[in-house]
Parts: sequence; structure tokens; C-alpha cells
Amino acid sequence: MLREVELTVGGRPVRLWDKGEGVAPPAVFFAGIGGLPRWIPFLDRLAEQRRVLVPALPGFPGAPDFRHLDSLLDWIVQIVETLEALDERPVDLIGSSVGGALAAEAAAIAGPLVNRLVLIAPFGVYDADDPAADIWAQVPGPDSIPNLVCADPETWKQAWTLPEGAAAIDWQVMQSRAMEASARLLFPFGDTGVVSRLHRIDHPTLLVRGEADRVLPASYNARFADALAGEVRTASIPDAGHLPELDAPDELARQINAFLADQELK
Amino acid sequence: MKNLWFHLMPYKDLPDDFRDEHPSVWVDIDAGLLDAKRVHEHYNDYLDELEFAAEAGFDGICCNEHHQNGYGLMPSPNLIAATLTRRTASPAICVMGNSLALYNPPTRVAEEFAMLDCMSGGRLIAGFPVGTPMDTIFAYGQNPSKLRDRYYEAHDIVMRAWQEPETFSFNGRFNQLRYVNVWPRPVQEPHPPVWIPGGGSVETWRWCAEKDYVYSYLSYFGYKAGAATMQGFWDEMDRLGKDRNPYRAGFLQFVAVGETEQEALELYREPAEYFYGRCLHVNPKWASPAGYQSEATIRAKVQSQVAQAAQASRGPAGAAREWQDILDLGYVIAGDPDQVAERIREVCVNLNVGHLMLLCQFGNMGTDLAKYNTRLYAEKVLPQIRDLFDDQWQDRWWPQPLAERAAPRDLALAAGG
Repeated sequence: MLREVELTVGGRPVRLWDKGEGVAPPAVFFAGIGGLPRWIPFLDRLAEQRRVLVPALPGFPGAPDFRHLDSLLDWIVQIVETLEALDERPVDLIGSSVGGALAAEAAAIAGPLVNRLVLIAPFGVYDADDPAADIWAQVPGPDSIPNLVCADPETWKQAWTLPEGAAAIDWQVMQSRAMEASARLLFPFGDTGVVSRLHRIDHPTLLVRGEADRVLPASYNARFADALAGEVRTASIPDAGHLPELDAPDELARQINAFLADQELK
Repeated sequence: MKNLWFHLMPYKDLPDDFRDEHPSVWVDIDAGLLDAKRVHEHYNDYLDELEFAAEAGFDGICCNEHHQNGYGLMPSPNLIAATLTRRTASPAICVMGNSLALYNPPTRVAEEFAMLDCMSGGRLIAGFPVGTPMDTIFAYGQNPSKLRDRYYEAHDIVMRAWQEPETFSFNGRFNQLRYVNVWPRPVQEPHPPVWIPGGGSVETWRWCAEKDYVYSYLSYFGYKAGAATMQGFWDEMDRLGKDRNPYRAGFLQFVAVGETEQEALELYREPAEYFYGRCLHVNPKWASPAGYQSEATIRAKVQSQVAQAAQASRGPAGAAREWQDILDLGYVIAGDPDQVAERIREVCVNLNVGHLMLLCQFGNMGTDLAKYNTRLYAEKVLPQIRDLFDDQWQDRWWPQPLAERAAPRDLALAAGG
């Protein structure tokens, strides 16, 4: 059963979703760009084998306050305190896209809070010779972001379908707030300088990428893989874009479940 | 009322196929289109035109700030204004303005505006725009989620820097300045009049009312599209209990004056179509980065007719580009002097605007035609409308120059005129 509670982090409300159980450490999911307006099938697949905790990231649906966060340090403190507010740790930390950038920072700065790490097309690096898409310079319209972040834009639109009884304007503001929060953290290049901290991440790490990612080039995951200190495995998801959790929930969950269950990894 | 002559300083040689072959006039405009020798000629002509407008009797002359822009060759309006302090004697010099968040530290604006006020003997109007997304976010790399907070903080620094009698420290969110003590300070006390160029945002209207600044609506789409925005502004002033002094407001309007209506329609067609066809060819991907608009504005845009009209008037995507449409929609007021005067009077009364900013040069208009337009307006339109509002209202937002002003050595321009 899906439980929803409200954490207080830094005096501000953070929605926490909590589902599933198991003997393994809980898996925590940090959402990708846009955040999660509702529970998605990918999380169900994960929760079949373990407890899954999904705290909302600042500015994403479920955590409206973020404009007090000015520096990267402000963001890192917020994320570390979010993990500290959970009732079980360490956790297997899974971060996608924007959430991947923050998951990497948490692992680098507060390593003992994290058991294993999964990074799905994480932001955090930039290469002028192999540039990422400019997600902030998009022709306005209902299709531009879905077309950019998903191989099948319908999967984004499904996640963002207006719930019955909700006001369209609230839904629109929630989405633009989430995009603004990503800009606040990552504008203009998505380069957080994490490369200089990756040597601190000695956790077993799975690096995942949707093969049809139109936002971040494949070389960016390779930059992470080269600099991480722990054992690194890689996976690529066919028919998935920047957000494989929307495009290919079953295959992504299968890869992550296999990685987290692998007893050979240290 | 006040008539101010406004220059955008467009590049005049954008090719005929610009719309089809080039993605944007702004941000990533093709540098291969630029001939610096032509820009040299442009600056000479454009400064001549501003000086000509001053001599012709306009109350003020205006320049503004754009970056990486094919219709605005003024990344630094303060340089233009500096030359105008030396080559004009009496008009207000309206810098419309400096995008505060782009200056690091913002005391730079306090210093340069103070210099301009001292150089001109107190003729400066200080414009403080937030700046368009093209200028601020994409050309100057500001974080869209922090732009407005940076703007407000920079504003506070500049206003304190002009007025605090002693050295002070400013420990802000974005600026840490241990010793703020700008030299020189402005001639005008307590500070030059502050005008805020803005779009149709309710927050800006409220802020202007709270600070007692002029709100200036700078749209390229004329009095018909602008009416709803100005109506929204005055409704908000009513709600806030402010008087309806028309000098609280500024408004931009293109004008095209001929000896006859027929002459005006013939002379100004090409430069108008050049401006609306080529100069406003902006790639829409630059228009609305996440965070540039506040949540309140997003809500207002969806919910309010006023703001929808404002948005439509600002968005060039669907804007008219053919001369007849440009005229019908009121982007350009064209006609003989009496027709133009009558329309201008009507616009100023209906929109309740005391500060009218006029674009007499636009698009690829040659300097002779720009001066012709300017002269006809000054000689035959201006006298018909100059007295508007003055029996009823006082302009509290106009510069107060020194009575005795020094003049440049070789020009012998009379001060105090």
C-alpha cells in the first residue's frame, strides 16, 4: 500500500511516498527533471522486492519551497537533511537526471548515508565538445519538454494528466515551478562541478542511460564512470529517452533490481 | 505632456531573406551579417538623429540596452548617453535603462548614472529594466530563477549608494560589498527620477506604486494592443489609492509623419516592414525560460484578459508584418501632422499617458527620412499636444537640472534653455 507522509526538512514541507517492504535496505528515488506529479509504474516494479521511499526534491511536485536555495551548498544540505529525516539508513540511492545530480552530491558529501548508488543520466558535468541540449531554450508549447525528455512523449503526458477535480492552472504552475527549480540548480550547463568530488564516491554504482536520451550525450555517463572510486556497472535501456523511468519502467526496474540484489558487488 | 525621442539603433542591412534563412535577430544572430564599417556609419547617423531631435525641441531623448541584438546596437546605453551630454544642451537624457542584475557589482550603475547626471548637469532619467530573457538569461547568462531577486537587490544597492550620507556595507544574498561609497553622486537630489520599463506584470505595477516610480510600457505593437495593459495599470493604481496623474506612466509609440497622408503612407512603408518583418524575427525558444516569469504572473496570464492582451502584444510570433496591417493594428501612427496630432492626443488621453516615447527612426529608415519625420513631428505635431495634462497635473518624475550649467568649449550651447 502506498503511504504518503509529510516530512519537515529545514522547516519546510517535503512529501514522502513510502511503499513496499523487504529485508534489504530501502531504496530511495530522487526524481528526474519535472519531478513526479503522481506515483508511477516504475516505482511499483521496484517496490515488489523492497521498501521504496520517494521524497520530493525542492521545487518539484510535493515540495513547493525552493527559492531559499541560492548556492549548491544550500541544495546539498537540503538533500542530506532529507536523507537524514528518513527512518532507515543507509539507503540504496537511485537518482535520475536532476535527481541523479543530487544523489551524486549526497553520496560524495554524506557517504555513510548511502549503501549502493544508481545514477540514471545524471546531470552534473558538461562538455563543450559534446554539448547537452539547452533545456531552458525550448519553443514554448505543450509538446516541447515531453519530446525532449522522453522517447515516447505520451509517457510524460500520462504522468502529467490532470487529475479529476484539480485546477489546470495549479497543475501548470506546479510544472513550471519544477522546471524553474531545475534551472535554479543547473542553469546554464548542468555543470555542478561534481567531477572534483566523484573520487569520494566509493559505493558500488550502477550508471544507466536511455539509448534515445536527447538531453545528455552518452559521454557524460562515461565521465562519471571514469572518475567514480567504487565498482561501476553500466546499463543502457533501449527505446528510452532522458527519463527511462517513464519510457521503460519494466526494463529499468529489472536492471536496478538485478544490480541491487547482486551479492558479488562490494 | 512630455514627448521623448527614442532610438533603438537597428542594424539596417539585414538581408531580404532574413526571416527564411536566419533563425533569430537576437542572441545567436549570424555574426557574418555584421559589417563594422556600416555600424560606424550607423552610430554617426544615429547620434546625429538624437542630437537633431534635441535641437528640434523634443523634451527628452532616449536610449536603451540590448545585447546580441540586430535591432539594438546599444549594449552599453551609457556610452551613447555620455556623448549626448556633450552634444545636447537642454533635453532630458533618458537611459531606458540599465538592466540592474547584469552589473557586477551593481554599484557600477550607481556610478555611471551619477557620472551622466553630473556630466549633463542633472538631466538624467534613470531607467531600471529587469531586461528581456534574451538579454539577461541567454546573452548574459543570468539564472532565470534568481534574476528578479538579483534585480531587486541591485536596485536597493543603487538607491542606497546614491542617498546614504556615509560609507556603508551591504551584505546581501548576491552581493557582498564591505565599503559602498560611490563618487561622484548624482546632481539631482535625492536622486534622478526613476522609470521602470516593464511588461504587463501586476507585481511591477505595485512595485512602481510603492516606490513612486514611473511605469513605462515599451511595446512595439502600438496603442491598440497597449490599451489593455495601461487599463490594467490604472485599475491597479485605483485599487492602491494612487491618483491618476498621467505622469506616472510612459508609453512607446511608432510615428510616421508626412506633409500629406499619402506621402506618409509611401515614405514609411519600407522601414516599417523592415522592422516588423526582420527586426522582430526572434526565435521563440528564447522567449520564456523557466523561472523568468513569476508564478503570480503565470497565474495572471492564464486568468486575466488584460495580461493575455499584453502577452499577445509582446509576442512577435503572430505579429503583423505587412504595412496595411501594421497601420490597422496601430503599431505605427501615420498621417499628415494634423492626423497624427489628433491620434496622439486621443492615445495619450485614452491611455492616460503623460510621457510619450516616440520612435521616429525605425527599421532601415535612412537618416534624412528620420530627420524629416522628426522635424515634422517637432514643428507641426508637438505644438498641438504639448499642453495636454499640464493644466491639471504636475510631472513629479521629470529631471531637475541645475539652473546654471557648464557648456562644452566649442559648441557655445546655451545652458538653461
